[in-house]
Amino acid sequence: MVFRSEEMCLAQLFLQSGSEYDCISELGELGLVEFRDLNPSVSSFQRRFVSEIKRCEEMERILGYLLREIQKTHIAVPEEDESPLAPLPRQVLEIMEQLQRLEMELSEVARNKEKLQRNLLELTEYTHMLKITRTFIHSRSRHEALGPQYEEFPTMETDSVSGCTGMQRLGAKLGFVSGLIQRVKVEAFERMLWRVCKGYTILSYAEVDENLTDLDTGEISKSVVFLISFWGDQIGQKVQKICDCYHCHLYPHPENDEERADVLDSLRTRIQDLNNVLHRTEEYLRQVLQKASQSAFSWVVQVKKMKAIYHILNLCSFDVTNKCLIAEVWCPVSDLANLRGALEEGARKGDATVPSFVNRIPSSDTPPTLLRTNKFTSGFQSIVEAYGVGDYREVSPAPYTIITFPFLFAVMFGDLGHGIVMSLFALWMVLTEKQQKKKRSSNEIWETFFSGRYIILMMGIFSIYTGLIYNDCFSKSLNIFGSAWSVKAMFTNQQWTNKTLQTNSLLTLDPNVTGVFTGPYPFGIDPIWNLAVNRLSFLNSYKMKMSVVIGVIHMSFGVVLSIFNHLHFQQKFNVYLLFLPELLFLLCLFGYLVFMIVYKWLVFGARDSSQAPSILIHFINMFVMQGKDLAPLYPGQTGLQIFLIVIAMLSVPVMLLGKPLYLYWLYRGGKGLRRRRGYERVRRVSEDDTSAAASYEDDDEEEGLDETPGREALPKEFDFGDVLLYQSIHTIEFCLGCISNTASYLRLWALSLAHAQLSEVLWGMVMRLGLRMTTRVGVVFLVPVFGLFAVLTVSILLVMEGLSAFLHALRLHWVEFQNKFYHGTGVKFLPFDFSLLPSVFEQDGLL
Amino acid sequence: MAEMGFVIAMSVMTLFWGIIGGVVPWFIPKGPNRGVIVTMLVLTAVCCYLFWLIAILAQLNPLFGPSLSTDVIWYLNYHWA
Repeated sequence: MVFRSEEMCLAQLFLQSGSEYDCISELGELGLVEFRDLNPSVSSFQRRFVSEIKRCEEMERILGYLLREIQKTHIAVPEEDESPLAPLPRQVLEIMEQLQRLEMELSEVARNKEKLQRNLLELTEYTHMLKITRTFIHSRSRHEALGPQYEEFPTMETDSVSGCTGMQRLGAKLGFVSGLIQRVKVEAFERMLWRVCKGYTILSYAEVDENLTDLDTGEISKSVVFLISFWGDQIGQKVQKICDCYHCHLYPHPENDEERADVLDSLRTRIQDLNNVLHRTEEYLRQVLQKASQSAFSWVVQVKKMKAIYHILNLCSFDVTNKCLIAEVWCPVSDLANLRGALEEGARKGDATVPSFVNRIPSSDTPPTLLRTNKFTSGFQSIVEAYGVGDYREVSPAPYTIITFPFLFAVMFGDLGHGIVMSLFALWMVLTEKQQKKKRSSNEIWETFFSGRYIILMMGIFSIYTGLIYNDCFSKSLNIFGSAWSVKAMFTNQQWTNKTLQTNSLLTLDPNVTGVFTGPYPFGIDPIWNLAVNRLSFLNSYKMKMSVVIGVIHMSFGVVLSIFNHLHFQQKFNVYLLFLPELLFLLCLFGYLVFMIVYKWLVFGARDSSQAPSILIHFINMFVMQGKDLAPLYPGQTGLQIFLIVIAMLSVPVMLLGKPLYLYWLYRGGKGLRRRRGYERVRRVSEDDTSAAASYEDDDEEEGLDETPGREALPKEFDFGDVLLYQSIHTIEFCLGCISNTASYLRLWALSLAHAQLSEVLWGMVMRLGLRMTTRVGVVFLVPVFGLFAVLTVSILLVMEGLSAFLHALRLHWVEFQNKFYHGTGVKFLPFDFSLLPSVFEQDGLL
Repeated sequence: MAEMGFVIAMSVMTLFWGIIGGVVPWFIPKGPNRGVIVTMLVLTAVCCYLFWLIAILAQLNPLFGPSLSTDVIWYLNYHWA
């Protein structure tokens, strides 16, 4: 990552017809350039390479089917470390053939398997039906022996030999319908039968133990075997129709027991055979899929690359006369040599007769912004870019954010113990990053934390430092150097006696007494404050002043960074008309406030604490120019303050009117001066107010020749009103923003206070309860208490407070720091890179 | 004595962060990351030194002392020097 984004140029690539595929493939592997669409008016169906893309999509469809089948059989697809290159057009046909063959084979096998399974299901159902109806028959016979029943007609128990003699005696024909029906439909079925057949049928049913899969719907449901005994042909037909209506699976009912036994036997053998065949089919299927899975990964990558190449080829324009493709790309100037090398490589691979070449062309469009990052800086770059991608060649706040963001976070988080836990967590993520990257989890929250691991590590390390300074470790203080406050001294100087101790519950140490205060604690806040009741009085004053000091320094840094933008875009007048008044305004008012804070720290002590002035009142009095009654902080204070106020007041109109008037003068009367001076570029490539930019920005043809100044063309219309409006908005925003932004930094105090208080409450309400028990039970009790303490610490103090402090530190950067110099209205450079393209299958979780 | 302690602490910290922010950057080897590393070192030194400085200056001349409960006073009287 560098100070500002890289210099880009627009280049034309002339690709020979034979080797364009290979050239683009090379470029895709390297990821150097961003292609521009040269055929924006053409719809995607009219482009040149539509048929090739259709072919790729067909292959992707087959691959998707293949991967789904592989996933169903739980075969793992081995991934290769190196991704294969895009296939040559002749290889493409091979792959296509293989895939189509595989698809046919798979679908055939799947169909066969389904048929076999259906068959198996029928046979199984038949078996169940036979077994269960057997129990019906025999149970009926048992019942018969017991006594009279509800059945009016004699049943079959005696007729196993004589057939339907019993019925024939009555002159009626007894018929049976047996089969299976789904459990949920049984009651309705029974009722329908009763209503239609008016009680001339008898239905017995029993549930099947085994759960059978209904092949049509794929659900596993309970089935019920039923046996309907009826007589009469018409009843029989009605029963048949009702069974059809309820989608019952009907099977022929055997006449007698022997027949039943025979059928059962044959069914059993058939089922066994079927199972064998099914088993072998599945084995075969598995083998085929196993073989396919070996090359599935490389096929997926190859097809993805091929499709991407054709998409890019569609963006190029075809030059009929020269028989070559012309592509327009944005390329970083430093990578032009690599680009030429890539084209040569591609031409060599494609066996082209004429090599492809690059031609840099000038352009007036704004190039995209490129900031190179490594794995450490990419996290910080992404949080800056979340606000807005920087303008082309604008100063980037990212290198400073690497340190200031964790620092501001730590000021708000400031706890040694929590910092250590956070650092350890981040360290673990960093040390195991290779394995974690391979795992590629689908949990978004984890992915967010993991991609920010370096940010969290920095935040944790800085929190350790600020925790040491705040002297706060899980709300307890460390006494490393020995406290500077001495209680003994109060006794030895006869300020306190034992009697004083008995009569008072609270006593305050007096720093005026010799020996009580022995100098400031050398590193951080004195540990005695942790034991003091008026701890917050001291800490609040300290932290508020600290926030203001840090805030003013941070904002001044932001204003200073804007110099670099002004100088780079060669708007030197901005330095005098914009930067200087801004800085003066900020420093005269708030820099003076910082001075007063430090002055009060240094000059006023315990001796004259009763006369210690309130800085806020002095500051307010400075503005209203009153306060003659107040004792001055130092001699000459009123004079200096008036002087500072005057300077600040003067810088406002300079900010407001300076730039518009200067530009107006330039446009109107300054022409002579301009020619004399030779050149003065007022090119600013992009600004917030585009009309203002258009009005005084030179139309720059030589975008590519960035650094060498040349004669500029006459500017277009200069709209004074627009510029004045823009400038007045900027002035008001800056001046009012100074005050509000300084106050905004007080959140550093607020959040650190909240964190400290939460920590203290957690300790006092949870951990102390466990530590207070003095009996042996206390040891056992301490374990769950500590567990609760740990869980609450992690969830409330680390996660919730951490996220909160992260957010506030981010806001301070985005608003208070960056609005002093950063525009963030650029476009990001997206190179054509195979590794950046998402894979459809990965998103579906198939790969 | 009190002054001595303050002077020692001041010089040690100033020297330490001064070395980190002013001397170490010259020894960073040339490479693509040199700019970032130097920026990081300087900013770390500035931020940490400033933070420590504010903490010590705020305690240099305290306007009031801590209020302790008598139990704490009794304990400190016997256990702290």
